[in-house]
Formats: sequence, C-alpha cells, structure tokens
Amino acid sequence: MSVAVATSISPPRRLSLAMRRDWLPALVFLLPNLVSIGLFTLIPVVAGFFLSFTSWDMLSDPQWIGLDNYVRMLSDRQFWNSLGNTLVYTLIVIPGGLALSLLLALALNSKIKGTAIYQAIFFLPYVSSTVAIALVWKWIYHPDYGVLNSILGFFGIAGVDWLTNRGTALGSVAVVQIWQTAGYNMVLFLAGLRAIPKEYYEAAKLDGSTPFQTFWSITVPLLMPTIFFVTTTSIIASFQVFNLIYVMTSGGPGTSTKVYVYYLWESGFSFFKMGYASALAYVLFVIILAVTLLQVRFLGRNRAMGA
Amino acid sequence: MKTRRLVTSILLHAVLLLGAFSALLPFFWMVITSLKVPEQMFVMPPQWLPEPVTFRNYEQLFTYIPFARQFFNTLFVTVTIVAGQLLFSSMGAYAFARLKFPGREPLFLLFLATLMVPSVVTLIPAFILVREFGWINTYMAIIGPYFLGSAFATFLLRQFMLTIPEELEEAAKIDGAGHFTIFRAVILPLVKPALAVVGVFSFIYFWNDFLWPLVVINSEAMKVLTVGIATLASSHYGTDWGVLMAGSVLTVLPLVIVFFLAQRQIVEGIATTGLKG
Repeated sequence: MSVAVATSISPPRRLSLAMRRDWLPALVFLLPNLVSIGLFTLIPVVAGFFLSFTSWDMLSDPQWIGLDNYVRMLSDRQFWNSLGNTLVYTLIVIPGGLALSLLLALALNSKIKGTAIYQAIFFLPYVSSTVAIALVWKWIYHPDYGVLNSILGFFGIAGVDWLTNRGTALGSVAVVQIWQTAGYNMVLFLAGLRAIPKEYYEAAKLDGSTPFQTFWSITVPLLMPTIFFVTTTSIIASFQVFNLIYVMTSGGPGTSTKVYVYYLWESGFSFFKMGYASALAYVLFVIILAVTLLQVRFLGRNRAMGA
Repeated sequence: MKTRRLVTSILLHAVLLLGAFSALLPFFWMVITSLKVPEQMFVMPPQWLPEPVTFRNYEQLFTYIPFARQFFNTLFVTVTIVAGQLLFSSMGAYAFARLKFPGREPLFLLFLATLMVPSVVTLIPAFILVREFGWINTYMAIIGPYFLGSAFATFLLRQFMLTIPEELEEAAKIDGAGHFTIFRAVILPLVKPALAVVGVFSFIYFWNDFLWPLVVINSEAMKVLTVGIATLASSHYGTDWGVLMAGSVLTVLPLVIVFFLAQRQIVEGIATTGLKG
C-alpha cells in the first residue's frame, strides 16, 4: 500500500521516474500481445480497408479501382439477397431466442429442485461444436428418415422437406441457432433476474398484483439492460452466421439461405475476388460497429465489453 | 392458494423438462445413429434403440478420412493456443494492471477497440499475410495468429488482476523482487480462477473454430475435426449418416468432458463476463 500511496501523492517528478523505470518491463510483458494484435488484427483491419478499393484475383497484382467495389454492390442482386437473408434470419433468431431463454431463466429462477442439472443440460448445446450440431440437425430434418417428420407423422401432420424447400430452409437453420444459444442467453438472464432486489416482488405481492402484472411492471423493466445486451449480442452473432449454413444448406436451395458471410466467403475463396470480398467485409464491419456502439452507448463501456 | 402453487410448480417442471428433452434429444439421436447398422437407419418410423449395436460406423470413419490424425491436429493446435494465450495474455494483463508506463491508457483503449472488430473483417488480409509467411497447410497457420495472446484474454485477466490488493506484493517488493518474480510467484497463483475461465473458454472456442481453419488448410492430413467432418459430409460419403454421426460424437465428446469438469467456471464466467463485474 505504501508504494501506491507514495506514487499518488508525490510530486509529478517522482511519478515520471516510476514511469521511466517501468517502461522496459512493460514493453517486455506486452511485446507478445502487441505482435499478435498488431500483426493479426490492426494491420489486417487497415489492409482490408485498402484492399476494398482494389480488384485482386491473387494471381496478378491488385488493381486500384477506387470506389468501384462499393458502387458495384449497389446493383449486385446477390449482395442484396444475402443481406436480406441475413436480416430475415436475424429477425427469426432474436424474438425466438429471447422468448425461449427468458422462459427457461424464469422457470429456473423460481427455486426449483435440480437447478444445476437443468442449467448444465441447457448449456450443453452451446459448448458443442457447431459443425457437429449442424450435421445432427441435418439428419433430424431429413425428409424421408428424419426424426422430426416422424414425430409430425405420429400426430398426423405431413412431412416437409425442411432444408430443401425455399419457404422453410432459412427458418429451419435459425431454429438450430436458437436451440444452440438458448442456454447461454439463459445464464445471462438468470444473472439479471437474481440481481433484481426481492423487496420489489414482496411489495408487489402486498399490493395484490398478479404474477402477470408483476412480470410486466417489475421483471421486464428491471431486466431491460440484460434484454438489451442479449439482443445486441444475438444480432451481432446472427449477422455473422456461417458454420450452420455451410454444413446444412450451402446457401441453397437456390440462393434462399445464402447469408452475408457465406456470400463473402464464396466471393473471396471460391471466386478469388479478394477486393470485392474485402469491401463486403467492411460493409458488415460498419453494420456491426453500429450495433456495438449502440450497446456501448446504452450500457456503458465496461458492461458492453463484457466486464 | 395451495392448489395454485401446485399448478405453478407442475407447469414450471413441464417447461423445464420439455426444454431439457429438446436440448438432449439431438445428442441422444447422434449417439444412437452412430451405433446403428444401415438397414436400421433408413426405416420409417425411426428406431429409438440400435439393434444390433454396431461399431462399424466408427471403423469406417477411420478409413474414410485420416480421423486419428485430424483428432490429434485439433488437440495439438487447441492445447498449444490455450497455453500460449494463458501465458502471454496474463503477461500483457500484468503490464496493464501493475506497471506504469507512458501511453498505457490509450494502448489499453486500443486493445478494447479491437474487441469490436468481427473476425470476418480480418479474415482476408490475415489469410494473405499467412500465405506470405508460407504457413498455408501448416500448424503455424492455425496457431500463429492466436498463440501470442488475444485482446479478450488480456482484458479479462487485467480486470481480475485489478481486484487483487497490491499489499500482497509488498513483501516480495521489500525483498527486492523484480516484476518477473512478482508476476510468476505472486500474481499468477492468485489469478488461477481467472486463468481457468479463460482457458476453458479458449479451449471450447478453438476446438470449434471452423472458418479460419477451413480457409488456411486444404490437405486432409492437416485438417482439424470441424473441417474434417464438414468435408466428409459434402463428399460422396455425405449420405452415410452412421459415419457422420460417429464423427460428430467423437468431435463433441472432448468438449462434453471439458464442460462437465469445468461447468462451474463456465457458468460463473459467463454470468460475470457477460454482465456484472
């Protein structure tokens, strides 16, 4: 403690001495991080920006084409299609995911037996690898031998070609994301619910309000920061969906599930349009940054950054 | 009043049981399918239990793709990355939490800012860089970008270190210990809980990583499991569901084990890093 106090109350000259003494160890301690973040995050962010103004097939030299990539995007039907698919996907995942995880959190918050076991079970899909999960669900959705159609058949409902039908493919994949992330969001909601002071509920009970009223007038308003956090992180995740689509539909049937990152990956690594793919990446960056900044604005830096 | 509580309790249990059933069914179905003979797989209605139980699918898996090799690749790169991140990010965290140097705050803000960059944005330039280094199709391609620490791990560990009272280092300082000694002998043992959280999360994240290894690796022998089984699924073996499920079981199994060993750290980690802190 004495050292800390000494530096904080001593004149600036002493402080700069401490700074001069510490800069070398600081450099040594930070060097690995600086190399990693500099080389594989900062330089790529800047390089990607410049690449987005070029046309480059990785065989010949990159050609500077100014804003052409961005202009081309405006009339690129595939771009709008992938953006639209991503938006629809997100609009399915968000309400479905929020409702399900909140419902599970509320049920677990009521001091029920076996909370820890339930929590572990709900969480299992989240830690499992998305690629393996996607394969299992593809098998479950199988039109002829899938479990889902079999269960539906049991209730006399005709089967559907879930993943090869334009009308159902995107929604079917979205359901898997909801299924996989529900446990994670539930843990966040549970932490939020437990932070609500008990007195509010006791007061509501004395006032004779119904559980439904209590939910809307106490739980929801006080849970707003958590709801906002879960919503924005889910939007950010949904906008970057790739693994599920790659394994389950490869963007098909037609282009009906070709989402943004899938189109980006295809442009870059199947058609080797590195400049165009970089421009696509930057547009996504701006969209996600807008959501992130909204989060920082409303929740404060530390909360939004996950601290 | 009593009956209403009973009804509520039954309803809650129904919701939770239905949730648990839905969460577990795909895992159950994955294991069951992997133990079935083909004749039992393609029948309607589906058979809930394999009869006879066969390990044919697992044997086939190892002949269709170099599965043992890919399993080793995954384990090797994941463990190496996790070890690197724990060491180098806790070093970086120590600098931010305990050392005074010019530009510390702006540099820390820069670290924080990089957390806002989605991985897709750096995908193409990082790929080009790795290709320039001649790392394509090597372990370095997967390990290199992450081994020297990540902003996220550094940030979490720094937050944790700030909660450690500085008095604990006083004795060592009086004994004339330098920063390396203090870091190794005082700080590291104290941040073990945070290291466990970061380690478990990194393990899960890198074991499951897909897009990056998909892009930088194309030889079968160098692939990690996620890419390996995805490739198998899009090959002409893609309708051999027994084999695909066997591959999925073995890919998920290590994660399930890690999860049950470290469940408390995971749940607490999310609750604290997600919102509170």
